[in-house]
Amino acid sequence: MIKHLTSLALFLMALTSFAAPKTVTIAAVNNPAMIELKKLSPKFEAANPDIKLSWVIVEENILRGRVTTDISTGSGQFDLVFLGLYETPIFAKRGWLREMKNLPASYEVEDVFKSLRDGLSFSNKLYALPFYGESSMLMYRKDLFEAKGLKMPEQPTYDDIQKFAAALTDKSAGIYGITLRGKPGWGENMAFIGTLVNTSGGSWFDMKWKPQIDTPEWKNAVSYYINLMKNYGPPGATANGFNENLTLFASGKAAMWIDATVAAGSLSDPKESQVAGKVGFARAPIAVTPNGSHWLWSWAFAIPTASKSGEAAEKFALWATSKEYINLCAADTGWATVPPGTRQSTYENPEYQKSSPFAAVTLQSLQTADPTNPCLHPVPYHGIQLVGIPEFQSFGTVVGQSIAGALAGNMSVDQALKAGQAAATRAVRQGGYLK
Amino acid sequence: MAASTKPNRLQTLLQAPAVGVLFLWMIVPLAMTIYFSFIRYNLLNPDTKGFAKFENYKFLWEDPAFFPAIKNTLVLIGSVLVITVVFGTLLAVLFERKFFGRNIATLLVIAPFFIMPTVSALLWKNMMLHPVYGLLARAFAAVGLTPIDWFGHYPMVSIIALVSWEWLPFAFLILYTAMKSLDHEQREAAQIDGASSVQMFFHITIPHLKRAMGVVVMIETIFLLSIFAEIYTTTSGGPGTATTNLAYLVYSLGLQQFDVGLASAGGILAVILANIVSFFLVKMWAKSLKGGG
Amino acid sequence: MEASRKKVGLLDILAWLIALVLFFPIFWMALTAFKTEQGAYSPDLFFVPTLDSFREVFARSDYKAHALNSIYISFGSTILCFLLAIPAAYRMAFFPTPKTRSTLVWMLSTKMMPSVGVLLPIYLLAKSAGLLDSIWGLILICALMNLPVAVWMSYTYFCEIPKAILEAARVDGAGLFHEMRDILAPMALPGISSTALLLIILSWNESFWSINLTSAKAAPLTVFIASYSSPEGLFWAKLSAASLLAVAPIMVMGWLTQKRLVSGLTFGAVK
Repeated sequence: MIKHLTSLALFLMALTSFAAPKTVTIAAVNNPAMIELKKLSPKFEAANPDIKLSWVIVEENILRGRVTTDISTGSGQFDLVFLGLYETPIFAKRGWLREMKNLPASYEVEDVFKSLRDGLSFSNKLYALPFYGESSMLMYRKDLFEAKGLKMPEQPTYDDIQKFAAALTDKSAGIYGITLRGKPGWGENMAFIGTLVNTSGGSWFDMKWKPQIDTPEWKNAVSYYINLMKNYGPPGATANGFNENLTLFASGKAAMWIDATVAAGSLSDPKESQVAGKVGFARAPIAVTPNGSHWLWSWAFAIPTASKSGEAAEKFALWATSKEYINLCAADTGWATVPPGTRQSTYENPEYQKSSPFAAVTLQSLQTADPTNPCLHPVPYHGIQLVGIPEFQSFGTVVGQSIAGALAGNMSVDQALKAGQAAATRAVRQGGYLK
Repeated sequence: MAASTKPNRLQTLLQAPAVGVLFLWMIVPLAMTIYFSFIRYNLLNPDTKGFAKFENYKFLWEDPAFFPAIKNTLVLIGSVLVITVVFGTLLAVLFERKFFGRNIATLLVIAPFFIMPTVSALLWKNMMLHPVYGLLARAFAAVGLTPIDWFGHYPMVSIIALVSWEWLPFAFLILYTAMKSLDHEQREAAQIDGASSVQMFFHITIPHLKRAMGVVVMIETIFLLSIFAEIYTTTSGGPGTATTNLAYLVYSLGLQQFDVGLASAGGILAVILANIVSFFLVKMWAKSLKGGG
Repeated sequence: MEASRKKVGLLDILAWLIALVLFFPIFWMALTAFKTEQGAYSPDLFFVPTLDSFREVFARSDYKAHALNSIYISFGSTILCFLLAIPAAYRMAFFPTPKTRSTLVWMLSTKMMPSVGVLLPIYLLAKSAGLLDSIWGLILICALMNLPVAVWMSYTYFCEIPKAILEAARVDGAGLFHEMRDILAPMALPGISSTALLLIILSWNESFWSINLTSAKAAPLTVFIASYSSPEGLFWAKLSAASLLAVAPIMVMGWLTQKRLVSGLTFGAVK
């Protein structure tokens, strides 16, 4: 045993110090697009024999914790990390990320959507390359709508949604009118609720950083959400995040779903979805104002400054986010499942338009999502479904937990919002925003 | 225990490595945690720094999740202990008798103990208790009942059931082993005296198993104090704070909000709670040790 | 005893029923692993088994590397743990001092700090010692975590050995080595081996440190599971296949050594 361990240790040492190829350790999330990238990555390794890829694929929450501890302590365990639109500018501000500069002309960085480039930049320098981008939209079952004689307007309102959900719910048949995120977390239920609050005329803070969570706008929006989910949503909604809802919708249990535009690809893939071909797509509903009614998010590749294989990592990041990779992906699994939402050229491709009935709605949503102007009234922060400050994770999660508690019936909406208001006040006061 | 011999140097040397490394393993992180708990330390925002006095403890105290977390920790430990000891004893009595295929049945009973906590949690969350596709939901629907959303509406009960399922085999193993040493002559004598099986259970079996029960309670408490993976995987501490225990609260402060100062304060309070619990345990254990050894 | 024979029959059935109920979730997981993704969501007991999910799991992650790491870590830490625990337990059992009991209690109490509370300190220490993503780091941590249990269990087994035997041997002029080999080892071995089994199981299933302190090279099976643990469309069959692969080695080991495990885990609770 000991002998084995010793030889293993020697072997590992040999691998890291003497071996010719540079190892790039990648921390990534276990979503289908990433699994596909891993599957296709031997092509990159074949073209770059001096680079060896080593993957750490874990679920999103574990990833976030791992990456943040690694980067903030400068451990350098990872050479390439999968970061969100929220973290990138915050990390970049600390000097934890390597700037993505002097990108080769063949990469055509101008082809990447400007909203994403802006979101992944800090003081006008780009720090991450988007692997995919998303906004939110409404997905619905065309067959169920037809059966009930309903018609989806081009731009639905939340009043329409309530009527549709009432008409489509058939609990005895196991069909729920609508499913929405209920799992607590700033990136889970608060992503949706954030957009609902925005379009209802509310915001997280006013211009003086005074939290607005106890205002009537929040109360109306959250009460609407809870009534809708209690009457027409699936049981166990507080456990449903993006992935759980994808499962519900893909197996035909829900008639409507407002969530990330990237879901559309999976839903159109007959291998993964029992409702492929029956799904319609519309813009995310609005209430009082169109501002901030649909979110903007991206998962992107960034290189920690502590990495010792920065050059090699950049090479791979460029490849994984290139046009070439998108074409490779299309050849492997078809156009409908290529990583969406990053490049204008993808949406101009007639083949993509043909195979992806959701292309037009996605493009429109992405182009109109404006993190600099997310609310009816001006606000001091950037971000539609998030507030671009490090403290947001903490109070965003508390608010999310309270609303989930209200959804489960453990507390009233007023109690939930009061707890959220207190958490947000404390956070911005401690962080020195609120004087 | 026999009278102590005077320790010599060699004997002390035998014990030193274990005591030494454990001491380091405890004191270094503990000292660092205490230090962190008194400073402002947010991983994502190094601008907020400096000595915080008792600020972290104050914030923790005011955290709406704090008191529920303490309550949940104790409720979880208490319920799981009662369930595993009671059912473990009954199972041990049931399996102590010879019956057809006893060895195989024993294998099946102890199997859950080998399963990783994460896997158990995933298994129960998805395949068993899922409100739409879970087997229980299907069974309910098949007999015309409305499926229950276990982790949503009875979150604590579900977690307790899940953790009990994991730890019942452990309690069973120890109690079963202890059952084997039960004096058969004593039992037969009691039977001849006309004692009913219920009487025998309470007057012979239970007293015999007392020490084994003490062991089960102690070992399980140590592990249950820091139950985390099951909660993380199934309910993420929710809905609201319904299933947030101290370990989960510390996790969410440290690894979701990245507030190391606050999380360290939580860690220190968890240590204090653990020490209170262990104080009672030690009293109990001291009693059980007196019996023999 | 005519009446009681009939009752015994009922109790037998009850015992089997309980065993089957307790085992059922694991059985169901094993069954689901052989279904298609679509089929995994239906409660059918009869279906055409397929190995698709296993194929996909093998294509997606390096099962062998993870499994080997798990084996190295659980066995390595158990060996290290015993190297430290047995001398200490020997001393405590045969040459107790007034402090022995409080030392034992203190050892157990070190296990009560929730791991999450000391993550950052340990992470920083591991980083400065170069033990991040290292098998040795995890072996060390698992050994330290299990040390109190190992000391305590070994202690109770040693306590069961009659002191008279040892003293007789000593009067005969047997050295410490001889004493250990010829008297202690045979008498304590059953207990020690069941302790070893328990420690291996605990290290195998340890997930917090293995997930947080490893990245690519030293990651054991708990990390392997973490890449299947959140839903991605239809995923139950894949999850079940991966779970089955992760628990199978330890379960088979546990079952093969069941006799040991069942008779040895006395924790000093048996007179």
